Amino acid sequence: MSIVVKNLRHVYGEGTPYESVALDDVSLEIADGEFVSIIGHTGSGKSTLVQHLNGILKPKSGEVLVGGVNIAAKGVNLPEVRRKIGLLFQYPEYQLFEETLYKDIAFGPTNLGLSADAVDSRVREAMALTGLDFDALSERSPFELSGGQKRKAAIAGVLAMGPEALVLDEPTAGLDPRSHRDILAMIRRIREERGITIILISHNMGDVAEVSDRVYVMDGGRIAFFGTPAQVFANKARLKQSGLGLPPTLELAELLRAGGADIEGDPLTLDEAVELIDAYLERRGA
Amino acid sequence: MIRDITIGQFYPGESGVHRLDPRLKLILTIAFIVSLFVVRDFLGYGVVVLALGAVVAASRVPLGFILRGLKAIFIIIIFTFTMNMFMTAGEVLFRIGVLTVTKEGLYNAVFMGLRLVFLIIGSSLLTLTTKPIKLTDGIESLLKPLKGLGVPAHELAMMMTIALRFIPTLLEETDKIMKAQMARGADFETGSIFRRARSLVPILVPLFISAFRIAQDLAMAMEARCYRGGDGRTKLHELKFRRRDAVAVLLACVYFALLIGERFLPAWIFKGYF
Amino acid sequence: MGKDIIVLDALTYEYRKEDEEQPVKALDGVSLSVAEGSFTAVLGKNGSGKSTLAKNINALLLPSGGAVYVDGFNTADEAHVWEIRQRAGMVFQNPDNQLVSAIVEDDVAFGPENLGVATEEIKLRIERSLKSVGMYEFRKKGPHMLSGGQKQRVAIAGVIAMRPKCVIFDEPTAMLDPKGREEVMDVIRMLHGEGVTIVLITHFMEEAVHADRVVILDDGRVALDGTPEEVFLEMEAIREMALDAPLVVELADRLRRRGWDVPPVIKMEEMVEYLCR
Repeated sequence: MSIVVKNLRHVYGEGTPYESVALDDVSLEIADGEFVSIIGHTGSGKSTLVQHLNGILKPKSGEVLVGGVNIAAKGVNLPEVRRKIGLLFQYPEYQLFEETLYKDIAFGPTNLGLSADAVDSRVREAMALTGLDFDALSERSPFELSGGQKRKAAIAGVLAMGPEALVLDEPTAGLDPRSHRDILAMIRRIREERGITIILISHNMGDVAEVSDRVYVMDGGRIAFFGTPAQVFANKARLKQSGLGLPPTLELAELLRAGGADIEGDPLTLDEAVELIDAYLERRGA
Repeated sequence: MIRDITIGQFYPGESGVHRLDPRLKLILTIAFIVSLFVVRDFLGYGVVVLALGAVVAASRVPLGFILRGLKAIFIIIIFTFTMNMFMTAGEVLFRIGVLTVTKEGLYNAVFMGLRLVFLIIGSSLLTLTTKPIKLTDGIESLLKPLKGLGVPAHELAMMMTIALRFIPTLLEETDKIMKAQMARGADFETGSIFRRARSLVPILVPLFISAFRIAQDLAMAMEARCYRGGDGRTKLHELKFRRRDAVAVLLACVYFALLIGERFLPAWIFKGYF
Repeated sequence: MGKDIIVLDALTYEYRKEDEEQPVKALDGVSLSVAEGSFTAVLGKNGSGKSTLAKNINALLLPSGGAVYVDGFNTADEAHVWEIRQRAGMVFQNPDNQLVSAIVEDDVAFGPENLGVATEEIKLRIERSLKSVGMYEFRKKGPHMLSGGQKQRVAIAGVIAMRPKCVIFDEPTAMLDPKGREEVMDVIRMLHGEGVTIVLITHFMEEAVHADRVVILDDGRVALDGTPEEVFLEMEAIREMALDAPLVVELADRLRRRGWDVPPVIKMEEMVEYLCR
């Protein structure tokens, strides 16, 4: 599902002493099947932006086009837009409410008015895709699950709606290293198996460098700049200006170069860093 | 957007009214409300309008901001107005169908409607110019003498403090949960009353769980910081009665004197001055 | 380093889950001594018992077996619970749920008020502790106007206003963004520099690098205990416990497997020094 945002503006608390502009002239284009990350410090407008993508927030001005259709136009079927664009909020486990995991994941598809059989297959698919064991967990209370499992359950609840794009607002926040790795692997699996568009908000530059096709950088309610991870992370000065850091491997490469080592290239992953440093040591040895 | 709601309707400022002792403001507000029931004619209201106008001007809260508060209770004002207009017996002015409007009715309607408006403006001035937390301090301090009678002054104040602290948090939480369930296709707006009540379950369950978690975390954090009730506790804010407060008391006395005079003294003495 | 300010003597903590007969052992015979003025990081995956350990030090939980001593006081001795909590301050994970008041300075005052400190002295302490965490200019603000890192710094100010000898941080950065995490770590290091004993419970390995001692808990027991250099050399054990090693340690390990003779390094600067010399 392609998503186009044109000159979007949003203002909180208009007409009160607490008025603040959250988004100002934001434009972006995301192609069908693309994996796009949005980065920016807290309060830069990332969360406000993604809440416009499924029509939960209404723009003050500007347009949001989902699959070419302006979702703010009259007569647009909003529930259908919300089905197409699956949105996961920060700490989404807070949305769990049913007695059993099965019922909770079934909430979305049931709201779509699907038959019991169709709902059942949606629930099974979503649990398989998120790596939740159907036989062991479907009749358990969602509140008895571990932190990482709860997070997966919430994601399954959105996947069961059959979205054509998945928007994830900091899906790994507050998780321990193992659950963090699990969730990240799961997102990549969803993309490979379903081929859907993924929009990821993250503070983890290492993750962003590793998984995204393209990266948008937000600052003060605007898009500061964007490009492929290599392009974006090559622009150290502007990243710093926007209050952002580098992926740790790149930071190390920078420090090494500053110390006089001729590391060739910008490693975005550990594997790349090992290769580059290995090559450097070979050269130095020779 | 839930962030649009301004809690307690406090209007930030540094005016003399803002800086008055909260205890005094509480007492004066109550006295003002009582005074509204002393007034029997429009001349008395003249005194009320003068006094209210003076306080509003001194508080530097824009009049528009104060009047906006009236919008919320507009229905009640209209209700009071119409009830009085149609339900009072007396000299008939005109009829609309079965309803009759009397001269006395019209008079009462305007009189009662104004009383309600003054009451709302007066009490909203208290919350507009007093930070909720100061109000809490004021209430605790005023209730303290009643501790011997079993009034838990400290506990009530602590409850209010915590409520004030967590209302924004819970509002944000509600907002987030609502949006998350809407993203899963929940519909809170259409259907029968029964359906709509049921549609609240996906909001209420997570909200209660959230509230319980906050309570648990907070209780632990308070204990870790040596909280053990009000005994032996000192206070950061000691309320002090200052010169400014004494001036306010004197001005209030003038107001009450005028009102009482207008109501009870023989008309010719009082009205001679106007 | 001075005497031991915290002593855990074969600490066992059991709790009972609903509809289960056998109690679960969250901590199983943990013995640890923390020297005054030291900086100890306690690591472990979720469910390893690290948070339970923190709450036992502050007498929020009491041992099922063994004993905990804080500055010589046994936590099981009810008569001294307030002395223990004043000496061993605690900062929790969720920045929202530990601030009591809707105004920053009132929140910092909460602890000293409970201790019965005189009003004038409370004002001094508010000023000093808010300045030391860099939040003084926010003293009149409401917590809901602050970022996560700022809220956490206010929580720390609230604890240091009680003049504790040691502060136990229970995953203080888990819910923060990188900037907030850095702010909080800076404050923790500053406190340590001022002589406050630090116990930092975390699952971020990068944070443990700054400690002078690392304890890894697994399944309620001490699995590894030593200096960061010693502990992070045990890569196999760390991976088995489903933890991440710091990037530099991981990198050094991978380079060693390619035949390079990399010394035990744990910080970026050390790696740079080795590669650039």
